Order: sequence, then structure tokens, then C-alpha cells
Amino acid sequence: MKQATAHTPSHAQGQQHPIKLYLVVWAWLFILSAGSYLVDYFQLQGILRYGLILLFMLLKAGLIIAVFMHMAWERLALVYAILVPMSAVLVFMGIMVLEANYTLLSRMTFFASGH
Amino acid sequence: MAEQAFSNLQAASHETSGLRSVAADFSSDRQAFKNVPWGKVMMWIFLLSDTFVFGSFLIAYMTARMSTTVPWPNASEVFALTIAGTTLPLILIAIMTFVLISSSGTMAMAVNYGYRRDRRKTAALMLLTALLGATFVGMQAFEWTKLIHEGVRPWENPWGAAQFGSTFFMITGFHGTHVTFGVIFLLIIARKVWRGDFDQERKGFFTSRKGNYEAVEIMGLYWHFVDLVWVFIFAFFYLW
Repeated sequence: MKQATAHTPSHAQGQQHPIKLYLVVWAWLFILSAGSYLVDYFQLQGILRYGLILLFMLLKAGLIIAVFMHMAWERLALVYAILVPMSAVLVFMGIMVLEANYTLLSRMTFFASGH
Repeated sequence: MAEQAFSNLQAASHETSGLRSVAADFSSDRQAFKNVPWGKVMMWIFLLSDTFVFGSFLIAYMTARMSTTVPWPNASEVFALTIAGTTLPLILIAIMTFVLISSSGTMAMAVNYGYRRDRRKTAALMLLTALLGATFVGMQAFEWTKLIHEGVRPWENPWGAAQFGSTFFMITGFHGTHVTFGVIFLLIIARKVWRGDFDQERKGFFTSRKGNYEAVEIMGLYWHFVDLVWVFIFAFFYLW
């Protein structure tokens, strides 16, 4: 991210970054996607599988948002306005994990015995 | 005192990072995000709302998959293809992923050339992006056809939990629709770039506003978002 600090945001003329930056990020997205495909190809299991899937996913998402979508150079107020509300999705996910566990427990207790 | 506070705020509003700039932006009158084109802010807010839509779909999928007592079909086998005698797991999905990432790369470069006012390269890269997007949708149509022939329906499938079909069609269908609209959107903007609308500041047909190359970046935001959503679908639906 050396290039990142060298550039001050200048929205008047639009975002100007060297083409090389995009090519490097593009190459990394390819490498990370290949990595997540290999996780499935080699049938990794358990914590290693889920850990690597999440790691590659978050790195890819971070690169796309920060560089391709120029979030790294946006005003901090805009960054917060977009990224902070997204934590609501995580809260919702947490609620639904509890709900799903409860549903599964009910199904196993009352319905699944004959299955 | 008040004047000094005001001038402090004024100074802060020129900063683009740090908590002071956030406070100054949100407490300023008339415009919260200084120097950010309104179209770009609107696109970001639309993408935030779209995040909630896709987030809800993926959470619904998680809930269905966590709470079913029936085994979930193995995506690795379901989406395997046999090419020249060898069966490769998830190969079509992997190719689709690479196609979509490549389209994101060409789009990022189109935005860059747009701000350099290189009309021809921008339009050519946008057309290439649209082509890759259409390829993605084509492969998705192939995948749907294959699964439907194998008996996958929203209410049943031959391999396990019935919710597999409904979540698959809902999530990939909604994403594919986004890609399709993105391709149409790309072709419209590429035509404007090619015609020189943004160099001549030609007024928009519906909005009567002067066009400029920010339209290419706003288009890019939408396209990268579609790629971003695929990253999560790939991880949670196909790999998990």
C-alpha cells in the first residue's frame, strides 16, 4: 500500500492511481481465488477448511472494497457511514445462529426420532 | 470563541481522515460528505441497502442449513464436472469466479482510463467487462440447466435437504439478475463514453445534468459490488 499514502484524494479530477496498482490487486485476487478453490480440491476438513475459506474470503473482500472501490481513499465520514451499518448484518447473523440452534433442538426432540 | 470554534471546524472539514473530520462532516450544514460527488454517495448508499438484501439471503440460507436434521448436499460433488474423462470438483464455479474477478479488473482499469480522459480505452475496457459479465451469466444459465435436469427443484433434490434448491435458486438467481442489469448498465455507459458525452459534458436524457467521467466510477462501484457479493456466495454456498 505504498502507493496509497503517496496519493492525496483529489475528487475534483477524480481518483488517479497507477495502473500497476490495479494489476497487482487483480493478480492477488486470482491467487486468493485459486487458494480457496484448492481448499475444496484437496478436501481439507475441520478448522483448517473453514479458517482458510474465511481468510481468503475476507482478504478478497478487503482488496475489492479498499482498492477497486477506492474506499481506502474516501473521506472517513463516508467510510464510517457505509461500513458501520454493515455490522447490523453480523448482529442479525448472531441472532439467527441462536434461533437455528433452537429450531434444530426442537426438531430433534419432537420430530426427528423416526427419521 | 464561537468564531474560533467555527474556524476549527472549517479547518477540520478540509481534513479527510481522523475522527475530527468525521465529526466535522456530520455536523456541517448543507453537505455531509464534502468534495464527494452526490452520485457516488447515492450509489454507496444503494450498495449498503443491497448488502442488507444479500446479507439477509445468506443468513436465511445459514438458518435453513443449521436447523435441518437432513444432511446438506455436498456442493463439491453437486457442482463437479467431468471434462475429458476427469471429474473436477466445483470446476465451473471456479471458472465463473475467475471470469468475474477478471471483469472487475478490467472495470477498475476502465475507471482509471476514464479519469485520464482516454475515451477509446475506457469504452473498450467497459465493453470487455460487459462481455465477461455476459459470459458469467451464460455459465450460470448452463449450471441452472444442468441442476434442473438432475432434478433439483426449490422444494426437493435427489441428494439431501430440500432447502438446498430454494436457497440455491434464490441466491444465485438474485446475483445473476444483478450481473445481468450490470451488463445492461455497462453497455449504456460505454455507449456514452464512446460517443464522447463526458468530454463534451452532454446533458443526460433523463436528468438534463452535464455528464462527466464520474459516471464511469459510479458504474464501477456497482460492478465491483456484484463481484464482492460473489466472493461471499462462493465462500458460504459453494465451499462451506
